[in-house]
Amino acid sequence: MEESTSHYLLIIGGVLFGLLNVAAGLIWVERRMLALWQDRYGPNRAGPFGLFIVLADTLKLFFKEDWIPPLADKVVFVIAPAIVLVTVLLGFVVVPFAPGIVVADLNIGLLFFLAMSSMGAYSIILGGWASNNKYALLGAMRGAAQMISYEVFMGLALMGVVLLTGTFNMTTIVEAQRDLWFFIPQFLGFVIFFIAGVAETHRLPFDIPESESELVAGFHSEYSGMKFGMFFIGEYLGITLISCMVVTLYFGGWLGPGFLPPLVWFAIKVFAFISLFILLRASLPRPRYDQLMEYGWKILLPLSLVNLLVTAAIVLLQTES
Amino acid sequence: MELTFFIAAAIAILATIMVVTQYNLIHALLYLVVSFLAISVVFFTLGAPFMAALEIIIYAGAIVVLIIFVIMMLNLTTEDIQHEKEWLQPRIWIGPAVLSFILLVELVYIFTIDTPANYRSTPVEAKAVGMSLFGPYVLGVQLSGMLLMAGIVGAYHLGRQKKKVIHRFLERTDA
Repeated sequence: MEESTSHYLLIIGGVLFGLLNVAAGLIWVERRMLALWQDRYGPNRAGPFGLFIVLADTLKLFFKEDWIPPLADKVVFVIAPAIVLVTVLLGFVVVPFAPGIVVADLNIGLLFFLAMSSMGAYSIILGGWASNNKYALLGAMRGAAQMISYEVFMGLALMGVVLLTGTFNMTTIVEAQRDLWFFIPQFLGFVIFFIAGVAETHRLPFDIPESESELVAGFHSEYSGMKFGMFFIGEYLGITLISCMVVTLYFGGWLGPGFLPPLVWFAIKVFAFISLFILLRASLPRPRYDQLMEYGWKILLPLSLVNLLVTAAIVLLQTES
Repeated sequence: MELTFFIAAAIAILATIMVVTQYNLIHALLYLVVSFLAISVVFFTLGAPFMAALEIIIYAGAIVVLIIFVIMMLNLTTEDIQHEKEWLQPRIWIGPAVLSFILLVELVYIFTIDTPANYRSTPVEAKAVGMSLFGPYVLGVQLSGMLLMAGIVGAYHLGRQKKKVIHRFLERTDA
């Protein structure tokens, strides 16, 4: 199927436009939803349902003073927030939003996503280190350890899906779920992937690198203006990326009953998972740092290995018989 | 495709030179990451997409992160950068330069004598890599597995602590 360059440019532009709007809109969605679950109103003044808070927030970020601390390593300090945005946006390259609507249908799609999410760790480490601030450094160290540890289980949990389909190609993985969505045979894998995803995006309850009650604001304590805005938008984009991956790998991607177009099904499922992320923030307390690491290495790692082993054995049995 | 290969290769070489010549350790490591990314692109253009992905996940994504993690805790100062400057004298460059020159001559020889290898004939997929790893090269996989196991056991031994009561009033020193 040969497609023209303009078609690709249209897809890329559309995906970028959609994602950045979703990420900005999530500011409002998150605050309203949190308010709903905590029995209060949230931002409801500006515009219909308080929707213009997004505009006000963005304008505020643009016009704030963009301060670089004098003792900071200036180059690295400026690069760090860009890294998070670039890696997360690159991660979206392999997500199939609907049949034909995918930026690059790579054969190593899943590995590409893992590579990009592992590169995201640099923004935290470098941002924290370059700030030359002890709280930022502590946050960066926690962030590095957390992201490296949880990447391991993330990759291992995904391998169950790869075993069932025999490919890293995202479109093929979605097509293989026509009869049965993978969260049923791979329920354990789904749960581990989701937990690892929460840790990768360092969202509550795993927002240990930031943990504002202990470390001011963690790795981005020294950031202001649009540089902070990039970390902020990068976090929302990260939530969206993990939700997209969960939907694609375990909940059938764009598949759904025929009365709605595929893209709408995809959007509905992704929005459900974004809401789950926000509900987690509203309901769970933050664990201590050592508890987080212990939970990862002593519970999630063995579980994901068992999941991989059992899945491989079942696949082997099926192919032999 | 050939052009992308040469651009990526040039970036890899430049970045690697910068790794050696940078005085600030973190900046040097950043160039190392760029070098790994460029090498990954080289792998991709040579028709090994699986290797390209693993190069980023393992080298750029995990190993260098760990190195930076350690260096962050060293508390680098401007004095250390001064030390680095003193250590990097011009005469240090003679040995590596001679060795690299021999390599360069060999490379030029290969390019001029042999017909250029037909790279990127068919991409090597993950399945083919797995088949050869667990087929003819299974011994290597097992050996590296044993090596990693030794590393894990060693790390566990170094990190092990005696169980003690955490509370400061309950911690007895006399007994």
